[in-house]
Amino acid sequence: MPQINLIEGITLALAHEMARDPAVVVLGEDVGVNGGVFRATVGLQQKFGAERVIDTPLDEAMIAGLAVGLAAQGMRPVAEAQFEGFMYPMIDQIASHAARMRTRTRGRLTCPAVFRAPWGGGIHAPEHHSEAIEALFTNIAGLRVVIASSPGRAYGLLLAAIRDPDPVIFFEPKRIYRQYKEDVADDGEALPLDVCFVLRDGWDVTLVTWGAQVKETLEAADALAAEGIRAEVIDVATLKPLDFDTIHESVKKTHRCVIVHEAPYTGGFGGEIAARLAEHALYDLHAPVERVAGYDVPMPLYKLEMNYLPNVARIVAAAKRALAAG
Amino acid sequence: MSIAASFEIEYLQYLDESGTLLGEDAPAFARDVRALVDAYKLMCFTRVFDGKAIALQRTGKLGTYASCLGMEATYVAIGSALTEDDVFAPFYRDYGAQFQRGVKPREVLLYWGGDERGNDFSGPAHDFAWCVPIATQCLHAAGAALAFKIRKEPRVALATVGDGGTSKGDFYAAINAGGAFALPLVVVVVNNQYAISIPRAQQTAAKTLAQKGIAAGIESVQVDGNDLVAMHVALDHAIKRARHGHGASLIEAVTYRLSDHTTADDARRYRSEDEVTAAWEREPIKRLRAYLQGMNAWTDAEEKDWLAECARRVDAEIDAYLETRAPPVTAMFDHTYAELPLDLERQRADALATAKG
Ligand SMILES: Cc1ncc(C[n+]2csc(CCOP(=O)(O)OP(=O)(O)O)c2C)c(N)n1
Ligand SMILES: [Mg+2]
Repeated sequence: MPQINLIEGITLALAHEMARDPAVVVLGEDVGVNGGVFRATVGLQQKFGAERVIDTPLDEAMIAGLAVGLAAQGMRPVAEAQFEGFMYPMIDQIASHAARMRTRTRGRLTCPAVFRAPWGGGIHAPEHHSEAIEALFTNIAGLRVVIASSPGRAYGLLLAAIRDPDPVIFFEPKRIYRQYKEDVADDGEALPLDVCFVLRDGWDVTLVTWGAQVKETLEAADALAAEGIRAEVIDVATLKPLDFDTIHESVKKTHRCVIVHEAPYTGGFGGEIAARLAEHALYDLHAPVERVAGYDVPMPLYKLEMNYLPNVARIVAAAKRALAAG
Repeated sequence: MSIAASFEIEYLQYLDESGTLLGEDAPAFARDVRALVDAYKLMCFTRVFDGKAIALQRTGKLGTYASCLGMEATYVAIGSALTEDDVFAPFYRDYGAQFQRGVKPREVLLYWGGDERGNDFSGPAHDFAWCVPIATQCLHAAGAALAFKIRKEPRVALATVGDGGTSKGDFYAAINAGGAFALPLVVVVVNNQYAISIPRAQQTAAKTLAQKGIAAGIESVQVDGNDLVAMHVALDHAIKRARHGHGASLIEAVTYRLSDHTTADDARRYRSEDEVTAAWEREPIKRLRAYLQGMNAWTDAEEKDWLAECARRVDAEIDAYLETRAPPVTAMFDHTYAELPLDLERQRADALATAKG
């Protein structure tokens, strides 16, 4: 089994699916000859040709609109935005068309497209290259919103996203693209798009997170463990549709929950999870739900980005507040 | 059959690759030795700055940096064509224009060094800040031009955009607005032949980028962007027209990006050494120097002294950049709104407490 990092998991899944299904095409800026600015599509154009790995002119609205057209006519486009901060022009096509193609045509036309983008902060990138914008998409009915947080889950979830009959927003936490390697078999096994992943069992407190914050959250769990506190860590992975049951089961056991995400606090997807806990799990909770999130300010340029992003200390402190309450 | 419309795109060049003045109809500017020497010196300064900024990035003292190597004539010409009252809407490698507007090299470095204070630069307070989301700045310039028109001010808004940027809807919308409203707008397409790895020929099937302006109904011209004289003449004409109420124009400046796209890029992946070597033959500084020396307006000794002076000035700016203390953690809350809302005050306190540990 090859040892690969997260971005290699993306490349492997794309190559696997392109080989298996001739309808799969990759399109975006610099994805072909250059292999993508992060190297996610490296080697694909040599293997599958310029007609299936398409270097596009520079326009994200165009890329998204082409993907809608391709998908509606039987192709399986995987459209890339070079950075999540350049997805905004895609939103018209995604919200007005991709997300509702099936609904508005009563199933006559569909949109099995994937819109993938490197996501989030922490790599000293220039302005507009570091945003966590998943909540813009979780509020659009008809989309799936997925964030991979390990090499294996990148591979398995991207396979599932491409095979899914509906549009999928697929985010890749660029900060952990090359964080570590793990064994990933290129076996074409997709992971389910409707479950959370319990990364660590625990019984004292539930830590719920996704994306690059999985790293800090696991480190916080280690720090808590050193003090004898056993935290359960859940990677939500697919934010929409949400597998609330897995989170609820955990909270029934721990009675305390901390939600961690790097997107801004207000309107962040943590608010949705907290609301569901209030609706369905209030009597299971022994403490108020805690949220550790980015602040409600534009993502600062890189000198301050690590002060913006949740860190281990903030997660541990929130967990301790939850443990001290009730 | 009759012709519904027809058009031509003029190509403007006065100084050829070797620095020889072409044709009989040389503009007066081509004989304005003082202006030419000033422009030449600025082009050299810009290049010295650029080289040192790249070196700073390579030694870990600067974030990703977008070089302007090879585009100095285009940008310096823009800087000298605008007045202080005009509005400049740059994209991200327009330093040669911005230095003339008072932007300090240390401010460029602050921006790429991850500090918003770079955007609060010493240039005209009404100028727009660097603009990374491709082509969006074109519409800001159009909006600014609309404001000038409404208020009947004799001011011009100028936006720059790359060859890649001309594929984007924002660009088309901006030049269309420029035509539809007859705005005091000039859009300069800095055609440096690449949008990261995508060569110009793959960006559009259009023969020139200038002709996109024809569809918008605005005056459009293609210019040798490595020829300072031609750039000056084209800009002077477009800006005068705009200022006197004759509407918007488009200038396609044909140049070449001699550097990588940014310091995060490796251009060897997608273009040949031969192509780059050939492009060096057409670069703007060499040709203007040859022209000036042909007129005995610039000596080797002056060249040597000036380059040393540029290095000294840039080094002083780099020192100032390196000595700038990081912004405090709370800076990310400043300027989110005119006044900090109560709701954000709690978050600010949390950020401060976390930073203090
Ligand atoms: C909307 C948007 N999409 C993608 C990018 C990433 N990106 C940065 S520069 C660039 C190429 C721009 O090429 P061009 O317009 O020719 O300008 P140049 O950099 O060559 O001067 C791309 C794709 C971006 N900044 N904004
Ligand atoms: Mg370009």
